[in-house]
Amino acid sequence: MASITTRNTLGTAAEAPPFPSEPAIEISGLRKVYGGKVAVEDLTLDVEAGEVFGFLGPNGAGKTTSVKMLMGLIRPTSGSARLLGKPLGNLGARSKIGFLPELFRFHEWLTGAELLDLHGRLYGMSGSERRRRIPEVLELIGLAAARDQQIRTYSKGMQQRIGLGQALINNPRLVFLDEPTSALDPLGRRDVRSIIVKLREQGITVFLNSHLLSEVESVCDRVAIINHGMVVATGRLEDLLQASLTVEMRLGACGPDLLESLGRVLAVHEVRASERTLVVAQASDEGEIAKAVDLIVAAGVPVYGVTPERRSLEDLFIKVIADETAGHADGTVR
Amino acid sequence: MRLTLREGVSRRLILAVLVLSVLMMALYAFGFHTFVDLWNRKHPNGQTETDSSNPLATYPAIASSLVLLGFYTINFLAGIMAIFAAVGSISGEVDNGVLHAIVPKPIRRWEIVVGKYLGFAVMLIAYIALMVTGVTLTSRWIGHYQPLHVVHATLLMMLVSLILLSLTILGSTFFSTLANGVIVFMLYGVAVTGGLVEQFGTLLNYETLIHVGIATSLILPSDTVWRYASYIMQPPIAISFQGPNPFGTTVPASPLAIQYAVGYAIVLLLLAVVRFRYRDL
Repeated sequence: MASITTRNTLGTAAEAPPFPSEPAIEISGLRKVYGGKVAVEDLTLDVEAGEVFGFLGPNGAGKTTSVKMLMGLIRPTSGSARLLGKPLGNLGARSKIGFLPELFRFHEWLTGAELLDLHGRLYGMSGSERRRRIPEVLELIGLAAARDQQIRTYSKGMQQRIGLGQALINNPRLVFLDEPTSALDPLGRRDVRSIIVKLREQGITVFLNSHLLSEVESVCDRVAIINHGMVVATGRLEDLLQASLTVEMRLGACGPDLLESLGRVLAVHEVRASERTLVVAQASDEGEIAKAVDLIVAAGVPVYGVTPERRSLEDLFIKVIADETAGHADGTVR
Repeated sequence: MRLTLREGVSRRLILAVLVLSVLMMALYAFGFHTFVDLWNRKHPNGQTETDSSNPLATYPAIASSLVLLGFYTINFLAGIMAIFAAVGSISGEVDNGVLHAIVPKPIRRWEIVVGKYLGFAVMLIAYIALMVTGVTLTSRWIGHYQPLHVVHATLLMMLVSLILLSLTILGSTFFSTLANGVIVFMLYGVAVTGGLVEQFGTLLNYETLIHVGIATSLILPSDTVWRYASYIMQPPIAISFQGPNPFGTTVPASPLAIQYAVGYAIVLLLLAVVRFRYRDL
């Protein structure tokens, strides 16, 4: 994890993920300007092979533009990127990459199986490969029964799944999914999630572009949050979420000395004292909480409950975006 | 290319065109038959006589005019088909997202443009070949008249369609479906009118009109090519019988114009390839 560049890295980048091979995606300084408008400022990012990587950001942050640049749909104004070790546009790399676009429509006069066959042919797969692979993919996306129906008769969820199918038909090593579930109902979302989990089990790198945080939280190993076309935070999801813990402690009556020493370990937000004392505080890791509990026990104060609350990705997201936007307003970030 | 062909089949486009074309051929054969019938009744000496109404109105002149009308219709319809089929071929598929899943595949962008072009071209060429065969056979069997240089004229008509196809696909890499349709049809209309203006200019010996005509044929040489085809497929007697008209010509275009037209079709297709290569989708 050598070259993660962020403006304000949350969490620790020290522990490298257990993927020894070369990164599946290396992006350095990718930038896109339309006319005078900057869509993507300066995107620098690595994704290791085998990761499910979440690419987050508010609407208009440049997520789709970034993915389109990687997919060769849009020419970067400057910067470069390598996919599977090859520069953008390399046909050999492209044949091992799958892509589900955000806004897509397929030739709706084809049947599901015909569509997969067409995309298999576009990938340069031989007839026998396609005959073997198409039933596998139809099974994976749960459309085996609808294989001979025209796509125009498919529901939205089925269309999304056949879209996923065309992205997987070539047995890709790297898959880009641009908002794969935003059009789906909860059941459809669950199906897509379980497909992503299956992909991870097969060691396939997944780049998931989404603004649905719960989805990212449930499947991604690592995430990057971007805003105004720049990475504002990146790291392993656990690290990012653990970066700050809120802890609620219900204790017996505490003296001011104990509260003062607690304040040296934790960032105490709130103390409500009556017969018992309620302390709400912020810890930067679990070790700090343990230290605080030691202090309390040493002071002979009974501990009735210590409840650490992991911050949700949503809180993190909102905080990071708010900080970054405030920085923009001050002019301190640029 | 295969995909474009299959789209034609699947969307019942080809079926509809075939049914309508058969209908048109039947009407055409019926009309030709009626003419032959009337002529034979009026002229007991048969097809060597000249009609009393006009010394130029010989049987071959009128039969040739009928064939000309048949060919003109085919040329016109093939041109319209080229425009309609290809008008949204690039921009339409960018807008609805079909190309977003195609372009990232391990293929070059030029293959997409050229593939579409070839798909449409095969359909148009097959259509023209089929229809020309129908008209020529009708003329021979019913009218006992053989138009001149049919193969040469047919190739030129195919060139007309390919010119319009190149122009339409190029337009589609720049403009939305609607805007492209309007622009290409306007150019098509201007080319037809320009050809007519040039004919009148020649007839009246007005230099300005001739220049206007030449200018329009440089912008879109489809009409020039058609008029060249119409000229070579008719005997001189038929051409003088018709005079300047919207369907044929009394003045042949120079072979240079045909070379220009071939170059035009190729260059516009190449421009479409280049433009699509650099376009953000």
